[in-house]
Amino acid sequence: MLEAQDLTARRGAATLFTRVAFRVDAGRALLVTGANGTGKTTLLRILAGLTMPDAGTVRWRGEPIAPFASSLREDVVFIGHAPALKDELTAEENLRALIELTATHPTDAEVSAALTSVALDAQRKLPARVLSQGQRRRIGLARLRLSRRPLWLLDEPATALDAAGLDSLTQMIAQQLAIGGTVIAATHQAFDLPTERTATLALS
Amino acid sequence: MTNTLALSASEAPSGVGAAVRWAVMRDLRLALRSRAELGVQLLFYVIVVSLFPLASSPERTLLATMGPGVIWVAALLASLLSLPRLFASDFADGTLEQIALSPFPLPALVSGKILAHWLTTGLPIVVLAPLLGLQYGLEPPMLGIVTLALLVGTPILSLLGAIGAALTLGVRGGGSLLALLVLPLYVPVLIFGAGAADAMRAGLPTSPHFSLLVAGLLIALVGAPLATAAAVRIALD
Repeated sequence: MLEAQDLTARRGAATLFTRVAFRVDAGRALLVTGANGTGKTTLLRILAGLTMPDAGTVRWRGEPIAPFASSLREDVVFIGHAPALKDELTAEENLRALIELTATHPTDAEVSAALTSVALDAQRKLPARVLSQGQRRRIGLARLRLSRRPLWLLDEPATALDAAGLDSLTQMIAQQLAIGGTVIAATHQAFDLPTERTATLALS
Repeated sequence: MTNTLALSASEAPSGVGAAVRWAVMRDLRLALRSRAELGVQLLFYVIVVSLFPLASSPERTLLATMGPGVIWVAALLASLLSLPRLFASDFADGTLEQIALSPFPLPALVSGKILAHWLTTGLPIVVLAPLLGLQYGLEPPMLGIVTLALLVGTPILSLLGAIGAALTLGVRGGGSLLALLVLPLYVPVLIFGAGAADAMRAGLPTSPHFSLLVAGLLIALVGAPLATAAAVRIALD
C-alpha cells in the first residue's frame, strides 16, 4: 500500500503541484494523467525515492520513506523516461543486467520466455543500438515480467509501443493487480486498465 | 509467474559481494565492446610519455632524472581523460537511476564500477610503465620502483577521480570542471609516487613513500565509495 500525504514539488521557481494526496492499496492501480510539464515524472520520481518532495510524506506499507530507503528499494520496479539500455549490449544482456541489479536471478528459460512474450525472441542477440524505440520499450516490459516486485512505477509506459505491445502491457498490469501488486503509471494517453481496480489522478 | 509469488522483499539482497561482481562484470563487458575508446586513452599515455625525450636534450642523466616524474604526470592525465566515462553514459541513459534504486548497497555498486575502471585504465598504465621507462634509460631497480609505486597509486587516482566524476554529473562543461576538481586531489599521490623514485636515486629508503601511498590507498578505499555514492544521489535528485 502506497500513500502520499500533502506532496508538494517545485522545480526552480515553478510550483508543479501542491498538497497532492492519494492512497493506492494492494491490487490497485493509479493512473496519473496531465498535460506535459504538470509534474507527472517528478511525482513518480518522488514516489520512487529519487527526488525529495518540497513538502509532504510518502508511506510504503505504512512506513514513511526517506529518499533511497532500502525498504522501498527492495520492493519497487521503476521504469523511467530513459530505458536504461546500453547500446553495446544485446537485448538479452541488457535485460539480464537490469534484472540481476534487482538481486533476482532468472534462469535462461525464464529470460527467453520473457523475451518471447514481448516478441523480441528474434532480436535477443542484436545489440540494443539497432533496436527501434518500440523494441527498446519492450525490453522494459520483459523486465516487468521478470522482476517480482510488488510496486511498479511506470513513467509513460505506453510511449512508442504498437497495438500488440500495448496489449501485452495492459495484460501484464492486470496480472500484477490480480496477484495483489500495486501499479502507478504516469501517462498522457489513455490505455485500458481494469476499471474497477483503477483510480485516476489528474495533475494540472 | 505463479500466485504464490511472494509480493514482499522476496530475495534479500545478498549484499556487497554480489553488488561488486555485478558492476565489475557489466563494466568490463562494456569496456570490451568499446575497445577503441580504451585504446585511445592508452595511446595518449604512451604518446605523452614519448614526447618529453623529443622535446628535451637526449642527455642520459637528465632523461633518467625526469623519467619517473614524466610517467607519473602522464598517468595522471590519462586517468583524468578516462574519468567522464565512469558515470556519464550511465547517467544519460537512465542506468544510474536503476543502480541507485537497486536493493544492493550503492557504495558497493560504485566500488565495483571503480574497480572496473582501474582494471581497464589503471592496470594497463602500470603494465606499460616499465616499457616506457626504457625510453628514459631507467635501470631495472628504478623501473621496479616506478611500477610498484604506480601499482599502489593508480587505484587512488581511480577512487578520488570517481568522487569528482560523480560530483560533476549533469554540470555543463563538466569535463574541465572535473580536471580542476580532481587534479589538486591527485597532487599528494604524485608527490609520494614520484618521490619514491627520487628517494631511490638519492640512495634513501623508499619505504616511507610507500607507507604513505598505502595509507592513502586504504583511506581512499574506505572513504571514496561512500563519498561517490552520496554524490551520485545528489546528481539524481
